[in-house]
Amino acid sequence: MKNFNYIQFLFDYGTLIVLAGLCCFFSYVTVEEQSTANTTSAEKLVKKITKDLPKNSNIIVLARQSNEAVEFTETLTSKLSQNKIKVYKTIVGQPADARKAITELGKNRIKLHGIAADKHMANFAKSNLEKLSATYPDLKRAIIFQPENFYWPNFLKRENLLNVMKQISVVAIIAIGMTMIIITAGIDLSVGSLIAFSGVVTALAIQSLGGNNPEIWHLWIGALAGAIVCGLIGMFTGGLVTIFRIPAFIATLGIMFIAKGLAFIFSDSAPVPIDNEAFGWLGRGRTFFGLPNSVILMLGLFFTAHLLMTKTSIGRYIYAVGGNPEAARLSGVPVKWVLVFVYTLTGLLAGLGGVMEASLHITGDPKSGDLVELKVIAAVVVGGTSLAGGQGRILGTLIGAFIIAVINNGMNLTGVESHMQKVIYGSVILVAVLIDQLKIHLMKLKKY
Amino acid sequence: MSKTDAASKTPLLRMRGISKSFPGVKALKSVDLTLYEGEVLALLGENGAGKSTLIKILGGAHVQDEGVIEIKNQITNVSTPQASQASGIGIIYQEFNLIPFLSVRENIFLGQEPSKTSLIPKKNEEIRAKKLFDRIGINIPINSACNTLSVAHQQIVEIAKTLAQDARIIVMDEPSAALSPRETEGLFQIIKELKSQGIGIIYISHRLDEIFKVSDRITFLRDGEHIDTLKTKELSRDDVISLMVGRTLENEFPRRRSNIGKPRLKVNNLSQGKKVQKVSFEVRSGEIVGLTGLVGAGRTETARLLFGAEAKDGGQIELDGKLLDIKSPRDAIKQNICLLTEDRKEQGLILNQTIRENFSLPNIFQFSTCFFIRKKDESNALSFYIDQIKMKITSSEQKASSLSGGNQQKVVLSKWLQRNSEVIIFDEPTRGIDVGAKYEIYQLINQLAEKGKAILMISSELPEILGMSDRVLVMNEGHITGEISNPREATQQDVMILATKSKPMAT
Repeated sequence: MKNFNYIQFLFDYGTLIVLAGLCCFFSYVTVEEQSTANTTSAEKLVKKITKDLPKNSNIIVLARQSNEAVEFTETLTSKLSQNKIKVYKTIVGQPADARKAITELGKNRIKLHGIAADKHMANFAKSNLEKLSATYPDLKRAIIFQPENFYWPNFLKRENLLNVMKQISVVAIIAIGMTMIIITAGIDLSVGSLIAFSGVVTALAIQSLGGNNPEIWHLWIGALAGAIVCGLIGMFTGGLVTIFRIPAFIATLGIMFIAKGLAFIFSDSAPVPIDNEAFGWLGRGRTFFGLPNSVILMLGLFFTAHLLMTKTSIGRYIYAVGGNPEAARLSGVPVKWVLVFVYTLTGLLAGLGGVMEASLHITGDPKSGDLVELKVIAAVVVGGTSLAGGQGRILGTLIGAFIIAVINNGMNLTGVESHMQKVIYGSVILVAVLIDQLKIHLMKLKKY
Repeated sequence: MSKTDAASKTPLLRMRGISKSFPGVKALKSVDLTLYEGEVLALLGENGAGKSTLIKILGGAHVQDEGVIEIKNQITNVSTPQASQASGIGIIYQEFNLIPFLSVRENIFLGQEPSKTSLIPKKNEEIRAKKLFDRIGINIPINSACNTLSVAHQQIVEIAKTLAQDARIIVMDEPSAALSPRETEGLFQIIKELKSQGIGIIYISHRLDEIFKVSDRITFLRDGEHIDTLKTKELSRDDVISLMVGRTLENEFPRRRSNIGKPRLKVNNLSQGKKVQKVSFEVRSGEIVGLTGLVGAGRTETARLLFGAEAKDGGQIELDGKLLDIKSPRDAIKQNICLLTEDRKEQGLILNQTIRENFSLPNIFQFSTCFFIRKKDESNALSFYIDQIKMKITSSEQKASSLSGGNQQKVVLSKWLQRNSEVIIFDEPTRGIDVGAKYEIYQLINQLAEKGKAILMISSELPEILGMSDRVLVMNEGHITGEISNPREATQQDVMILATKSKPMAT
């Protein structure tokens, strides 16, 4: 029995171990000295300055031009003024700008007590202050304050991790439906095209309802239209597979071309703009706890799908249909309805993915979603769902999607070029399938 | 058996002290087996006794942990299928290994092409194939594709294939499972022929009648141990059963108080193409009606029509005077009809799912509130049946595929018992099930009848049909050709006469 549990553990959590290993690896190779010029480090720095300098001291704030510099300097400036320290000047720019500002202070004979700077500017100030203070004695007493430096992997930065999840959210959400389809021993190749189709339908619906100045409810209706139309296409696919018994591979291949073609025809081959920035809420927004809305949606959907598959009769039916459709039918399972359900749901989720994609770019682009179906299938397969049907887990797919996202992100961080990335992608998929085969082999051994 | 007899002949095959373990199970414990030239040795044991493991070791599919295999007194290595074949061992598994679209000739000589580069000497092969079929005593068109052959003929091709490889030892695993009684007779003829050529045959079957007809000696296995090897002639049917099961069964078919009431299931003119033609019958409360006939007579088809598994062309089905509308198995189940299919693995169970999941599949809505399954209720209901019908399992979370045939059938049974259907159709309820478990299944069928259910039991095993039923219907060519109202006094001969009659019974 001990042996059995070990194997079972490997089956259930094998992919989790792979994910953890990848995270460790990319963390290790992306360790760098971090300049932390952000709100938190600014707040810490303010505390230090108010402790070391008396009130009404003169100070200047320096930061090199970057995304984080503005929030760093703004926090510093406002918090320091609150603490009765006079911020003489705030510079966000190049070292030359800083030199100019400091020289000006010296010329005007203003006593400078401190310089608050990020890592780069602090290094610059250190090397130049001595020379300058020889000419301008008022600068002599200036103390340089900078955030503490430490080493941290670029990979493990909060922003990067959120990015990893955000980038994979569309693929992962569609992979929920794909997992169910593959558990029923089917496949859906049309999801990538449905992304494009849904985006175009959404954008066109918004345009035709709200013209050049759409209101919020126009956006909602557009998004619903995009998702629901794709849901109906999924239902049609399900009909082809069940009523006309067309193999899923062929049926969805057909739908793939049709949906892609229609997306280009409807949009006149050009991206359809959405003239309201509010549409970016889903794809760009961060409404709760600083988490991207798309990530929250993804996690919520996975939780729901996990409950559906493990705790409900519908989930039981889906597994039964995949495990043995004839036995399921003879046990009273409405096999055809189950199949129509999974294809409809996948269409709906692909439509939602299209809306998210459109939201990210605030445009309905017929070119979006190319090859996404393959990434979706890869996520499902890497997550341990067997293409033979009957077996698979929703949370496995989430892990599979994360593995793909982490590899993608890690290779970008370490500067692996894009063609090599493809080679590595392919290898990961093959390894995943090999593990699947190994599982089957071990199962057989156990069964004798 | 007498020792002098054994000493006089040299054994063809001797397996000595064979042990084999799998994770968690000791499948074989120092098992001995001896096979002489020109004899049929039956290998008997309940499911899980270790027969198939022993055969797989002989065929090179498994390697033993301990013990030696001697062929003609020489220790021989048969650790791979190729080595086993080369040592003159031919195994005919239950599932044939023929390639459907290749011809008989190509299948026979598959893997024996003279060399990879040269052309296949077709003429030569044809002559050799003809000779092989002459040896067997049956002629099969050697250039027809194997998927066009009947099951019986495919089996003969398998036998020819082993002979083409110069097999001196042939193992047949449940060879008659898919054959009609007449075809089985043909097989025995072939076996006799092979025996006379000095070939040793190991014969595995659950059908005791066949064992008595065909075998010279019987080796009994129980729980992975060699119990005894005895001459068939010196054994009675009861001896064999008690040696297999390890205890005595009072009677092969349990007795039951017959309490037959008013008619419940009424079937009128049920038809589907040529397979089922105007079949009408009724089953009363507490009655077990047997339905039999040769393979292809339309028995299973009738059951499938009743259950809605296939669409009927016409006919009415009534239960307790109410006309039923059945278009799918789902409809049938809702209207209290259930079917235990003949093929458990293909149609009855989802093998990679657990016992619990299989059990609750048709009952899922009894165990759920707004689609959410109440797992506790599910498990409680199942554990009731585990005790009641004595399922031998380690946990309800075991995969159905890991169970023996008898326990698989019990899982199927449990799911329909929970459903509490009024009409229960059993299609070959004991096929591939060992004697001990068979008896338990019979008891369960009797209990259901005593509760007043209407039971239709399909079976090819005539002793079973005659021993269990209150009334027997016999089918041939899609018609009901006759009825036997006192089956306990009828003979198998009576059934066979009706089963080959081509005129429908006058109603």
